[in-house]
Amino acid sequence: MKRLALPLTLLAALPATAQTGDSDRYAYSQLRDPAQEAKARDLMEELRCLVCQGQSIADSDADMAADMRALVRERIAAGEKPDDIRRWLIERYGDYVTYDPPLGWATAPLWLAPFLLLGAGIWLATRSIRRRRR
Amino acid sequence: MKRWLLWVPLLVFAGVVLLVAMEMHRPADRTVFSRMVGKDLPAFDLKPMLADRPGIEPALYHQGKPRLVNIFASWCVPCAAEAPELAELAKRGVAIDAVAVRDTPEDVGAFLKRWGDPYARIGSDPMGRVQLALGSSGVPETFVIDGKGKIVKQHVGPIREDDIPGILAALEDAR
Repeated sequence: MKRLALPLTLLAALPATAQTGDSDRYAYSQLRDPAQEAKARDLMEELRCLVCQGQSIADSDADMAADMRALVRERIAAGEKPDDIRRWLIERYGDYVTYDPPLGWATAPLWLAPFLLLGAGIWLATRSIRRRRR
Repeated sequence: MKRWLLWVPLLVFAGVVLLVAMEMHRPADRTVFSRMVGKDLPAFDLKPMLADRPGIEPALYHQGKPRLVNIFASWCVPCAAEAPELAELAKRGVAIDAVAVRDTPEDVGAFLKRWGDPYARIGSDPMGRVQLALGSSGVPETFVIDGKGKIVKQHVGPIREDDIPGILAALEDAR
């Protein structure tokens, strides 16, 4: 029994250490479920760190980015959809918080310009090709 | 093809150069303002940071009197810079509640001893949850809450002497 005492105490101690700062843990470590972690990861990569504005919260080492990662992982673990979490953040910080801004009046040129330019290019090309053929 | 069409690309290019040249002289404002202004304060309970006064509970903001919510931290230098202004507001009878972000009782106690203590209540926000819920992107930030729990104004960064009239006016309007 004496020989077992140490492993037993250690076993009893484990859950306690896991409980302290459970959510804090999520800022720097992954979720158990790989599918959930992949979802969280994808979302974190397209959320802007608000302190260090050129970085995503996945890349940033700022405390606030850590808080945001913990929030994302906690909510994903609770079964929330990535889109809902993004919407929750946009409600508070505006479109600026995401690198994947939704289509709106301000972002419409960004989404439409490539198609317009491609269309213009095709139009010019067909015209000049036709003329050369004649 | 019409001759004048040949000039279009050059004109477009000149337009882009002009736009860039003009924008270069105007540094971009990178302040992220909260979209929660004009909306109801999210309900949150924060445990007291210090033993000598209570934390924050949602009922505080439905008592018919406006209050300030000051997001601060003892590790934040500009927070010390705004201490005299907060003291001035407190002296004029403004109720100021502090949300202490990622902080410890020892550090907050030492901070208040050194820079003064204008706070009616101090809640501990160890994971920055309330900060995120309010749409705050840094410390210090100050929110004016009216007597019915609506956020009526956000001040980003330290409050300076010339910001006080604006904050007092917002508090007056929120009455």
